Amino acid sequence: MKINSPLDAYKYLPGTNCGRCGEDTCMAFASHLIDRSKSGEDCLPMVEEDKYAKKLEELEKLLAPEIREVTIGTGEKSVTIGGDDVLFRHKLTFFNKTAYAYDVTDTMDDKELEERINTIQTFKKFYVGEFLNLDMVAVRCVSGKPETFADTVKKVIGLTELPLVLCSFDPAVLKAALEVAADKKPLMYAANQENWKEVAGLAKEYEVPVTLFAPNDLDLLKSMAKTFAEMGLENLVLDPGTFPTGKEMKTTFENFLKIRRAGIDGDGEVAYPIMAVPLTAWMAYDDDVSASYWETVVASVLTVKYGDIMIMHSIEPYALLPEVHLRDTIYTDPRKPVTVDPGVWEVGSPTADSPVIVTTNFALTYYTVESDISSNKIDCYIVVADTEGIGVEAAVAGGQLTADKIKKTLENAKFDLKEKTNYNTVILPGLSARLQGDVEDKVGSRVLIGPADSGRLPGWLEKNWPPQDK
Amino acid sequence: MSDKLKLSDLNNILKDLDVESLEGVTIEGDIELDIQGGGGMNPAMAYALGHEAAQISLHVANIARMLGYPVDQLFAQCLGAGGEAAALQTEPAIEELLQAKFDVARSSEWNTPIQEVTLGATSADGGSRDHTITLGGEKAMPFYFDAEMPNRNYVTMDVFDMPISMAKAVKSNYEDVMGDPAEWAKKVVNEYNADMVTIHLISTDPLINDTPAKEAAKVVEDVLQAVDVPIVIGGSGNPQKDPEVLEKAAEVAEGECALLASASLNLDYERVAKAATDYGHAVLSWTQLEINAQKELNRKLMKQCNVPRESIVMDPTTAALGYGLDYAYSNMERVRLSALMGDDELNFPISSGTTNAWGARESWMKQSPLKEDSDWGPREYRGPIWEIVTGLSLALAGNDLFMMMHPTSVQVLKEITQTLYGNIEAKNPDITNWITAEV
Repeated sequence: MKINSPLDAYKYLPGTNCGRCGEDTCMAFASHLIDRSKSGEDCLPMVEEDKYAKKLEELEKLLAPEIREVTIGTGEKSVTIGGDDVLFRHKLTFFNKTAYAYDVTDTMDDKELEERINTIQTFKKFYVGEFLNLDMVAVRCVSGKPETFADTVKKVIGLTELPLVLCSFDPAVLKAALEVAADKKPLMYAANQENWKEVAGLAKEYEVPVTLFAPNDLDLLKSMAKTFAEMGLENLVLDPGTFPTGKEMKTTFENFLKIRRAGIDGDGEVAYPIMAVPLTAWMAYDDDVSASYWETVVASVLTVKYGDIMIMHSIEPYALLPEVHLRDTIYTDPRKPVTVDPGVWEVGSPTADSPVIVTTNFALTYYTVESDISSNKIDCYIVVADTEGIGVEAAVAGGQLTADKIKKTLENAKFDLKEKTNYNTVILPGLSARLQGDVEDKVGSRVLIGPADSGRLPGWLEKNWPPQDK
Repeated sequence: MSDKLKLSDLNNILKDLDVESLEGVTIEGDIELDIQGGGGMNPAMAYALGHEAAQISLHVANIARMLGYPVDQLFAQCLGAGGEAAALQTEPAIEELLQAKFDVARSSEWNTPIQEVTLGATSADGGSRDHTITLGGEKAMPFYFDAEMPNRNYVTMDVFDMPISMAKAVKSNYEDVMGDPAEWAKKVVNEYNADMVTIHLISTDPLINDTPAKEAAKVVEDVLQAVDVPIVIGGSGNPQKDPEVLEKAAEVAEGECALLASASLNLDYERVAKAATDYGHAVLSWTQLEINAQKELNRKLMKQCNVPRESIVMDPTTAALGYGLDYAYSNMERVRLSALMGDDELNFPISSGTTNAWGARESWMKQSPLKEDSDWGPREYRGPIWEIVTGLSLALAGNDLFMMMHPTSVQVLKEITQTLYGNIEAKNPDITNWITAEV
């Protein structure tokens, strides 16, 4: 965005402090505009009253992210990429997580096609209260035949609502596919030095976003972007080529850095989302495990540094799990709090016979423990000690998780173990075993050492709970 | 206004005019467009001039439109577009790519190189190592084009002074050497290509074996005998016992320029620092995901304990992928950016306990404990990649030295970091038509 202080945004607001946006003052609202947690349209007077129309338009122009947003697909599953304003996530946050597309080809038989697509669209991994998923399907034209490709695209549309990338350099092939898929707003891949005129024509005719491909030639990439923009095509994605190995891979990495830095620094002609194709790792490695590993490695590098959308091949869990977690790592809003409130919290409907389990107030630890327990329908109390947002192992080493802290947490919550439970027992995390004696002394309860990983709590409780004697 | 204008002059004047500044403007005199060259012009030039002229006509038309003149009808008639008012909005059909030169500035903010720290000492310097390893020296973020990176990343592999429990995928590599730290050290150097060895004296923990510091120090001697790479000496993590353990270990390793792991704010860091300065070692300054604590400890090591700058490496804490890596990543990236921008309390090489990745259940658990998850697949492949991705993301945040465990992880992490460093030659496939690749 072109402005960076709430004062700059405030100038455009009504200044009436009407409160309809949910903020007490226009200044408070302005600061939300700057941190991008609210948008101009949240100011209802500006939307409703004609006299503000021009100001709103100006304001929205100033607030528009440096990197253009491009939306692919329609409906609930559509993805938006781009939209970033910073080069380092701690300066604000990164917006619109990298869209992960996995490939199918038009030479796959129906069964293989169906299986792959099902794996892609049903993949889910639970993580702090939500599921991590995959986003898109990239359909590659390997046959070279327009009708074969169009036929496959049609089948894919029948199988999934996920947005598509249609991959071919042959305009006739792309056209055939757009005839059956254009209303799903797929991303066309790709215009290159040879076919750009025809592909631009298709992008215009069918009103779909399009990728520009110029392997390791940033001048050409910029020329194409400039030309397409001149033609009124601004839903663009830039692919500077993903060379999977050696010095060319270093150059690929540098190209991503250069394009994004130029875009954030104000070169509007290259301020578009960037595409990576880690799938090229499969062209450099013969055996599947090595290829899949290297693909994940390339995807990781380019997820951390500025890839907005990427096409991959491996759908093995050992590829998908690290990929979706790393993407979440990079795109998690760093402004969201690290901690949960300390205290004694109920999971399910605990009674006096339920276990009392100690953990830390580091949000990730807490949510992990909480989901392990609730997903297995265990009723219990969780004692959340204030470890200043540090996980169990580190907090024990660093002195933030101590017997005193646990005692204080119970006292502050007015949770008397003898009064509220029948067993006067707390369960410590396995990684804090060394606190056992101390906790017994200071809290005055029995102490059991739970498993090192809360994922094993259900099995552990089955064996160890309730304790044999009261 | 002069009678003659260059095309570009006129364009420049007009293009910056917005609605407000045009109020009350009158255009006087004739505008004469003098295009020289005619038929002899090269196509690119003709195109460029045509483009300029079209732009001017747009601006002039906009002025006319603002003045209330029905421009669009006129254009429609002239261009034979059948009276469609949208005629002017139709972008030109472009026959040649518009020329553009990509250009981006190098960062001007990164003006302070990272302190170089050399670990290990050869016989020339009173040690017995075969070679030394130098960390740091960067003048830009890792692998960036702004400045060459002087030293590559290094990997030190973990060795323990007693058998410990570890993930099955890791353990299977060490079953034959578990309980023999010297053999273990040899194995990681000779078979797994470790650049360095970390000997963790965990048996010294009073809650484990309470091995006396003096006895533990013998293990350090054994390791120094067994391998000739620089070493890291780690305690048990017990804040009461570690200073003594590290003192004794530092003493037997005198002159080897080992890295003592670690000094932290919750133990007697002065004793650890003194052990390092007295016996010629470097010290690892360890804090927990807190940039200000890192500054404080570094400051204390320098000012209060007189540890020379070239003997400090920092560990700002590594959280595993999925378990706080976002904090670890941004904390490290902030530390490194501040250092490059001149913060001399953070201007040191960085080390990561990448081994922490094995704490993530995704790396070692046979299957997901949650029924809702998709199948996690074979864990023997999941574990190493978890360690790789954890380390790799931190390599991009500025990490120099990786403490690791699994041989495959070490191999792949070295391959990718050295690829980005520019050390790896490889023949690339032709990716210009990757779409039809058989994979």
